[in-house]
Amino acid sequence: MGAGHHHQLYLPGASAVHRLPPQCKLLAAFAFAVVVVATPRERFWAFAAYALLLAAVAWAARVPPGHVLRRMAIELPFVLFAFLIPVIGLGERTTVLGLSLSVPGLWAAWNILAKATLGVVASILLAATTEPRVILLGAQRLRVPSLLVQIAMFMLRYLDVILDEMRRMRVARESRGFEARDVRQIPAVARSAGALFIRSYERGERVHLAMLSRGYSGRMPMLGEVSASAAQWGVALLLPVSALAVLGLSL
Amino acid sequence: MNSLEVSRLAYAYPDGTQALFGVDLTIGRGERVALLGPNGAGKTTLVMHLNGILTAGHGTVTVAGTPVRKDTLKEVRRRVGLVFQDPDDQLFMPTVRDDVAFGPANMGLTGEELERAVKGALERVGMLEAIDRPPHHLSFGQRRRVAVATVLAMEPEILVLDEPSSNLDPAARRELAEVLRSLDVTVLMVTHDLPYALELCERSLILSDGVIAADGPTRELLADTGLLAAHRLELPYGFAIPAPAEPA
Repeated sequence: MGAGHHHQLYLPGASAVHRLPPQCKLLAAFAFAVVVVATPRERFWAFAAYALLLAAVAWAARVPPGHVLRRMAIELPFVLFAFLIPVIGLGERTTVLGLSLSVPGLWAAWNILAKATLGVVASILLAATTEPRVILLGAQRLRVPSLLVQIAMFMLRYLDVILDEMRRMRVARESRGFEARDVRQIPAVARSAGALFIRSYERGERVHLAMLSRGYSGRMPMLGEVSASAAQWGVALLLPVSALAVLGLSL
Repeated sequence: MNSLEVSRLAYAYPDGTQALFGVDLTIGRGERVALLGPNGAGKTTLVMHLNGILTAGHGTVTVAGTPVRKDTLKEVRRRVGLVFQDPDDQLFMPTVRDDVAFGPANMGLTGEELERAVKGALERVGMLEAIDRPPHHLSFGQRRRVAVATVLAMEPEILVLDEPSSNLDPAARRELAEVLRSLDVTVLMVTHDLPYALELCERSLILSDGVIAADGPTRELLADTGLLAAHRLELPYGFAIPAPAEPA
């Protein structure tokens, strides 16, 4: 069994941030992202202030910088894309270190880079302080469509089961002398992927039967009390409200 | 009142394959009965009828006096606790607690009452200490016991287990047997593990080619090698059951 896959993001702790109800944190992170995206890209110091706000949250949650930095790797594809824009961009050009770059392209790259980074860091902090299943409870509380919450919940539950099945199929292939060396082996791998899809689909049907057998009628019962007090909402919304204040000052 | 009555139940799959040809059986309250049969005898098809996942083509299924019909499904599903063969199919929630709570919560239990039902069910299968763990971190035997707890939490009239001993190592097999023996509910155990049936059930039914071919004390049925052979059943190597001293 592949243990501990999806706890890589979560950092167990008991800080004030950890203890906040999930729906407060979800909404705070979302509102923060909206404010960041709404900020004009020319307001450099506003972005610096946002970064400071996130640093303050990380400090309050006792999340070490290394934890955040390592998990920012997920942003790399976007960073690469952002670096390409000034090179291939059109319009007025400028020369940096002997390289001719497009000025609108540079602005666009900065815009993507700054906003995406702040969004990613906010999400990492949310995930580091809230267990995945608790995030889903929060989403349920915030009336995110039930279908979406259920899909995410099943993904969380069955990711390991399916990865395990995938590993068994790979072992079965390799124990019969299969080696994935070049493109000629792709068809065999593709067939395995197809088989995996069908197996997962059939499992889905069996799970559905199991759910029906226990009285499922299309809606997940509300499990777990995650009610939030006004004070907790206040604390959580400190982040987006401060961000909004920064935005207001910068305009 | 009987826990389960099945009368003249017949069923054909949509593709025309006839699986059940008129099954009759009655299980009294508190009985532990094994349903024996080779692969393909229609055991799983029969089980699917017991809580209305499949609806009878012909004949009736009655659970504790309530006929299984569209309008009684909710009630029937509370009374018939189905434990599936693969616990990964049965345990679909992120934690053991949520999973055991799923059934009773659907029945409308909340708060204190729900918590009591969850803890009570886990206690009965000896898995209370795993309450906050995710199911995929448990051993296979533990997962099967939690699967039993998920249906016990609904206070069923009858517990229906599909191949309960499959994939269990000897210790897990014994632990599950102890749990099943300690429960005070009617049990229908679908299996082709004959020693397990002998260990747990006084009475057995043999389902073969879609009909009940034999019904009697487990010990007597298993001692009748001719009967077993006629229905593609056999005791594992090294097992022998002495014929009962006095005929029943």
